[in-house]
Amino acid sequence: MADRSRFFRSELAGPMATAHSRAAARFMISPAVLLLLGWMIVPLSMTVYFSFLSYNLLMPGMEEFIGFTNYEFFLTDPAFFEALTNTILLVVGVLFITIVGGTALALLLDQPFWGQGIVRILVIAPFFVMPTVSALVWKNMFMNPVNGLFAHMAKGMGLEPFDFLAHAPLFSIILIVAWQWLPFATLILLTALQSLDQEQLEASEMDGANFGSRFIYIVLPHMSRAITVVILIQTIFLLSVFAEILVTTNGGPGYASTNITYLVYAQSLLQFDVGGGSAGGIIAVILANIVAIFLMRMIGKNLEA
Amino acid sequence: MSGVTLTKAVKKYGDLEVVHGVDLTVEHGEFCVFVGPSGCGKSTLLRMIAGLEETTDGQIAIGGRDVTAVDPADRGVAMVFQTYALYPHMTVEENMGFGLKMNGHPKAEIEAKVSEASRILKLDQYLKRKPKALSGGQRQRVSIGRAIVRGPEVFLFDEPLSNLDAELRVDMRVEIARLHKDIGATMIYVTHDQVEAMTLADKIVVLRAGHIEQVGSPMELYANPDNKFVAGFIGSPSMNFVEGLASSGAVVVPAFGNKAFKTDLALPSEGTPVTVGVRPQDISIAPAESGAEVDLTEQLGGVAYTYLICPTGERIVVETKGVEAPASGSQVWPSPAEDALFLFDAETEKRLR
Ligand SMILES: Nc1ncnc2c1ncn2[C@@H]1O[C@H](COP(=O)(O)OP(=O)(O)OP(=O)(O)O)[C@@H](O)[C@H]1O
Ligand SMILES: [Mg+2]
Repeated sequence: MADRSRFFRSELAGPMATAHSRAAARFMISPAVLLLLGWMIVPLSMTVYFSFLSYNLLMPGMEEFIGFTNYEFFLTDPAFFEALTNTILLVVGVLFITIVGGTALALLLDQPFWGQGIVRILVIAPFFVMPTVSALVWKNMFMNPVNGLFAHMAKGMGLEPFDFLAHAPLFSIILIVAWQWLPFATLILLTALQSLDQEQLEASEMDGANFGSRFIYIVLPHMSRAITVVILIQTIFLLSVFAEILVTTNGGPGYASTNITYLVYAQSLLQFDVGGGSAGGIIAVILANIVAIFLMRMIGKNLEA
Repeated sequence: MSGVTLTKAVKKYGDLEVVHGVDLTVEHGEFCVFVGPSGCGKSTLLRMIAGLEETTDGQIAIGGRDVTAVDPADRGVAMVFQTYALYPHMTVEENMGFGLKMNGHPKAEIEAKVSEASRILKLDQYLKRKPKALSGGQRQRVSIGRAIVRGPEVFLFDEPLSNLDAELRVDMRVEIARLHKDIGATMIYVTHDQVEAMTLADKIVVLRAGHIEQVGSPMELYANPDNKFVAGFIGSPSMNFVEGLASSGAVVVPAFGNKAFKTDLALPSEGTPVTVGVRPQDISIAPAESGAEVDLTEQLGGVAYTYLICPTGERIVVETKGVEAPASGSQVWPSPAEDALFLFDAETEKRLR
């Protein structure tokens, strides 16, 4: 957030702006800030309020203040820790696949080849498919143990078809989500790659760096900023993956593919426990902020300078 | 020994041939400068020697070894780029040591060589900085340092000074000349700056449209150009060209009041047009009733360049002493020194000898 305020100062007012124009700038952005604040504060404070109530949709009108009991239940629920682990695995897994895969694809797409334009569009395409749709396509057309493409391939090779969503539910969801985010990572990394000065590469080639060293010493450092951006943006979205879980595994079997977001949903809407769900939501917000602080600390400095 | 020899070197981009069979020998320890107008293939030729551009046909040898198909890193050449091409995330020290590190030299040796280079180039106090915290001149010194550290047999420079301001350019030019004297390695240098070419070169190669027009020492090219292009390209301000007509044993030049200049050269048949070249400092002017009109005068202090419009409409430049420069609008009589005329065939632009 500190970065944001710096951004506003420098972009709107500029270093040489007078006190007057700075005040005017503040005044003029204030409606937007107030609107955003209200937009954020109202639901947040309602959630905080609910989280201290015993509030079950099956028993309307029976709300009462129960202090931190909802939090206690949510945090001591064994499902919470499983969901937390799953959330972390999901985020880290997808980040790993998209960044490694995205870098590889970007390197390939940067080479001149016939049909480059069309291939680039094809690579971007998954990003335009809605999460529910893509999850359903994966579930029914690829991973289905009877009709899925993977099952057919396994049978073709004389193997037993593997029921992905039943036996490796979290891994399957990681695959599906990674497939959706791969284009985003590829696109950002490709732009970064294309802005690399060719003469630097030539200089390193003359310095005797082979392909591997050129990648490690020249290309990767150049792309580090873009990789940071990809990590930051994707983490924000990956913490709240929901649709893919809902349409494929429903969080199961057991809690094997439930993440925090899905746990909150299950709590408040499947068990009609609005109070417990709100407590879970607040915990999710706190966790997300902890992650954000760590990310900013660890890689945010990459964005400066 | 580390001379560079090109034999019938050809470069094609697809069907487009941009370097047409160039033959050139650069001796060991020589400072060779490529000059020519923009787009004539100087950079291309240099990059072919560096190995950054594939040679379509012909042969390139460095130190007697055929390197036409050898990787850039293994040719024993180092290149200094116009845009410096420093590695932005490495310190000055790491930038200069990168080549040795890539070739697996021990740390102590790298350190010794980097500090030697930084001493030569006066970069000691910047070793820990990143390139973006350096000025243009310092960056260029680092990129020269990066080349020195690798201890190449041949240095290649592609317009290394063109991003610097005029004053710094003079400093760096002197520094490069000193470097060449100290190291004694073969250097090939691309520029389109006259002064750099004249002052630095042992040998100048004048290129035009992918062909070598003439090769020689700066004074050879200046005093004895092979053709109109070289004559016009070397020397500043450039040589004046006016039309003349061959007559028996002399050339009649309308621009200079139909004066006939005697010559022993083999002239074409009488009445054929020839091109007469004369350098600005070889023309003297005297005030006159009629002759050429003074268009304008550029005062440089010690000397002045006077732009004249001859009665034939041809424009010429004359160098005069600063104090003697005529006022614009006045009439003067230009008379070139007879032995300073260069004659060129009007068709082929070849020098008449
Ligand atoms: N990749 C390429 N594909 C096609 N033509 C090219 C390519 N690179 C260079 N050329 C052509 O080759 C010719 C020589 O280019 P080069 O860069 O060697 O010129 P130069 O003499 O260095 O000019 P300058 O003084 O402007 O740097 C030019 O006509 C240019 O258009
Ligand atoms: Mg060039």
